[in-house]
Amino acid sequence: MLIETRNLSVRIGKTPILSDITMSIQRGEIVTIIGPNGSGKSTLMRTLIGALLPCQGEILRSPGLRIGYVPQRLHIDETLPLTVRRFLQLPRRRSREELQAVVSSAGAQQLLDHQLLALSGGQLQRVLLARALLDKPDLLLLDEPTQGLDRRGTSAFYHQIASIRQQYDCAVILVSHDLRVVMRRSERVICLNGHICCEGKPDTVGTSTAFRSLFGQDEDDDTLALYQHREHDRRHSMPEAV
Amino acid sequence: MLNDFLYRAALAGIGVALAAAPLGCFVVWRRMAFFGDATAHAAMLGVALSLTLSTPIFTGVLAISLAMAITVSTLSGRGYAMDTLLGVMAHSSLAIGLVCVSFLSGVRIDLMAYLFGDILAVGKTDLAIIWGGAILVLAMVGYRWSALLLSTLSPDLARASGISPRREQLILLIALAIVVAVAIKVVGVLLIAAMLIIPAATARKLSRTPEAMALMAAMIGACASVAGLAVSYRFDSPTGPTIVCVVAFLFVVLNGLQATVQRIRTLLSDERQAFD
Repeated sequence: MLIETRNLSVRIGKTPILSDITMSIQRGEIVTIIGPNGSGKSTLMRTLIGALLPCQGEILRSPGLRIGYVPQRLHIDETLPLTVRRFLQLPRRRSREELQAVVSSAGAQQLLDHQLLALSGGQLQRVLLARALLDKPDLLLLDEPTQGLDRRGTSAFYHQIASIRQQYDCAVILVSHDLRVVMRRSERVICLNGHICCEGKPDTVGTSTAFRSLFGQDEDDDTLALYQHREHDRRHSMPEAV
Repeated sequence: MLNDFLYRAALAGIGVALAAAPLGCFVVWRRMAFFGDATAHAAMLGVALSLTLSTPIFTGVLAISLAMAITVSTLSGRGYAMDTLLGVMAHSSLAIGLVCVSFLSGVRIDLMAYLFGDILAVGKTDLAIIWGGAILVLAMVGYRWSALLLSTLSPDLARASGISPRREQLILLIALAIVVAVAIKVVGVLLIAAMLIIPAATARKLSRTPEAMALMAAMIGACASVAGLAVSYRFDSPTGPTIVCVVAFLFVVLNGLQATVQRIRTLLSDERQAFD
């Protein structure tokens, strides 16, 4: 076990975002967390890295656990001049070999001397991934890494993740709403909507009633998904909301 | 050498410019330009406090600026936007300060000296305070440089690296309070923000890394202080405002130059491509 949450609840301000999250991550597995907008996916990631404190429950980390975190987006102020090389060396200096190793794992070899501001979305994503690899993580957290990538870019990115997992022998938690691509590559899917609706192997989760009612039977039919989603909420409403 | 008031003034200007440069960069990066203004306004309350208690101006101003830095740091992120908080505190403490000053009987104070500074009246003690403050601020910022930079870039990435962005923000605000307190004598309450922001803004287009930007800002600020002093001596203009005028002038000239060079480069590379 690398990290485990027990009955975790998180509020932002007075708003309950997550309630009663119990899950555990084993070394080497790829877990996908999916859920609609506002279901608390990013909040869960930020709680796991310790940026948010749970109001209830606990997080157990294996001793000396190293987490690599790739945020959903990075807003860089245009007044800040910064090269990729310098960015990778925040907050501490790294050797040339360390830098080479991570940029080649993340496919960002050509970008070291670019200005961070001049990167495209996909390039910035690779740089953030390289940064997350610097400490040789046991657990890699990726928050919507394929947002803004096209189909081919997405596929290439998942290939990269798969080879990184082998190379670093780390577990990967992927946050996504991109169902079809994700499902094939992950061992376990956790379906989140403020609480854990269902979890399991991709093929079993895909056919479960909870999953279907969260996303709709036909992924392409938004109206159905939305309608069913509301029904679902009513049945499993969170304790705070009652 | 220290007996000559011009040398003392030059050294004071350079000291303030050096301390203000790296902080100014953070002020620009974090979009908190208003903080310099706000602390400076609040400093008027510090001046009133010192006059009432007959303590040195520096201590009163430092106390008020620090109090403001800590209050802002504590309250921010609790449902108030930073600029709103600063606005409330800056203007209310300026008003309270001015009202207090008016009640002080028997004290004729030269308000202009606090608003615009009086760099030519810098004594040896002032010089020691300015350089002491500058070295302290540079040491603080130098020690926390990487952590400050990462928290500025992304609070979440900072937390993931075990850095507390709140603590870094507090350190930055305290350093800013110290700079404001030591700079009052040199450029005065109204122009401190200018010494923070304009050199950093001038350096932005000329640098590729944050460190280069801070160094460049320090050089620009120091040159402008000395040049401003010379100009004000020659034309008998008020020194603090003259220094700020020189910095503003450098901003326009250096940015204009940079834009021209950029344009020529683009033209040349276009031409080369046309030949290929």
